[in-house]
Amino acid sequence: MSALLEVRDLHKRFGDVTVLDGVDLDVEAREVVAIIGSSGSGKTTFLRCINLLEEFDAGEVRIDGEAIGYRMRGDRRVREPERVIARQRAMTGMAFQHFNLFPHLTAARNVMLGLTKVRGMHKAEARAEAEKWLARVGLADRCDSYPSQLSGGQQQRVAIARAIAMNPKLMLFDEVTSALDPELVAEVLATIKDLADEGMTMLIVTHEMRFARDVADRIVFMNEGRVAEQGPPAELLANPKTQRLQEFLQGTAL
Amino acid sequence: MEILQEVWSVRLDLLQGLWLTVLISLSAIMLGTLLGTAVGIVLTYGSWLMRLPARIYADFVRGTPVLVLILAAFYILAVVGIDLTAVQAGIFALTLFCGSHVGEIVRGALQAIPRGQTDAAKSIGLTFGQTFVHVLLPQAIRQILPTWITAATEIVKASTLLSVIGVSELLLTTQEIISRNFMNLEFYLVAGIIYFFIDFGIERIGKAVDRRMRVG
Repeated sequence: MSALLEVRDLHKRFGDVTVLDGVDLDVEAREVVAIIGSSGSGKTTFLRCINLLEEFDAGEVRIDGEAIGYRMRGDRRVREPERVIARQRAMTGMAFQHFNLFPHLTAARNVMLGLTKVRGMHKAEARAEAEKWLARVGLADRCDSYPSQLSGGQQQRVAIARAIAMNPKLMLFDEVTSALDPELVAEVLATIKDLADEGMTMLIVTHEMRFARDVADRIVFMNEGRVAEQGPPAELLANPKTQRLQEFLQGTAL
Repeated sequence: MEILQEVWSVRLDLLQGLWLTVLISLSAIMLGTLLGTAVGIVLTYGSWLMRLPARIYADFVRGTPVLVLILAAFYILAVVGIDLTAVQAGIFALTLFCGSHVGEIVRGALQAIPRGQTDAAKSIGLTFGQTFVHVLLPQAIRQILPTWITAATEIVKASTLLSVIGVSELLLTTQEIISRNFMNLEFYLVAGIIYFFIDFGIERIGKAVDRRMRVG
């Protein structure tokens, strides 16, 4: 049985700068993997490649056995057409650092948009589904609020509800607490922890080391566009093998 | 109150002129908005090959006096065998003028939308078309509305220039009336007041729409 997410030798360049320099990573179903690393190590770009928000130059990403983003035509590698990409993107859900809620739609309508347009639900059905997921992230009473009427933590929880309502196979979290006031971080992390406890497969890019240790089954340390070291949280954080990780951990308060 | 009697006696002429002004302005604004939206989309998302003609059109037309556009539409198109009536040529010229401005307004509004909006829309599986219709356009429209209203009032004012190619819109009608009764001051004032109320009306409607959309 192969892993839910398989990444092989992923390469990505922006002009002359190599951002991802051969990333290999497997994530099993129901596994929670935290990615840590200093800024510029390629963590965010890595997530964006998995969600096909960035094109990548070489390597392969498979979700549930399906190679995504590209196919081989003869010996040429070609990008899949827009419709295929859109369908493959819906296999993963993503929460962003800056929430990226749609400001012209209420919380419920933010969640409903994908349900009606991508999953083809009727409005009433989608509304019920949206209410269900907003209740799950603790916002049952804010369904009809606009993003501007919500706190940062509430906005981020709506964004998480919007992503998981699509029933993705894999959830990607990209520094979801970095833009939040310290007192609002806890509510978002609690929401993610609940989802993890229920068996959602997750890839979490984070600077919250304590959270990574508590929630993740495995921590992956990225450095200079590669996976430099990985292992169970307790082991990896207590006995870092590479010097780079030792330095990184020294600079981070646990 | 000689002036009121005089205005009353030519009310049908004035209404006729007003009607033509409104018809021409409305047509040019609607067609120009459609054209401008397409141009704005191309300028924002098109490949450079598509952007180039759109950019040339927008810059060229915005850099040309409206009066020149109107004369060109009326005289040059006739030379190349496209026979338009004066009204049609006028609407054509004003549409080009409106489209170039709306194109820039739409481009600016679309480019001002944070990239994260597109990312979020894509990440839930929306195609580009769906993203544009449901996420980008509604946000762009709110941005556009105030400047678009200004552009619309500009079109109404520019429609007076059609008098030079013999379109009996409100201004030319007024001039014709004056040539009969010699009441220069009074009737230019009347025309001015009518133009003011047309533009004032457009602005009020725009403000009302703007208020309704500005929720959240």
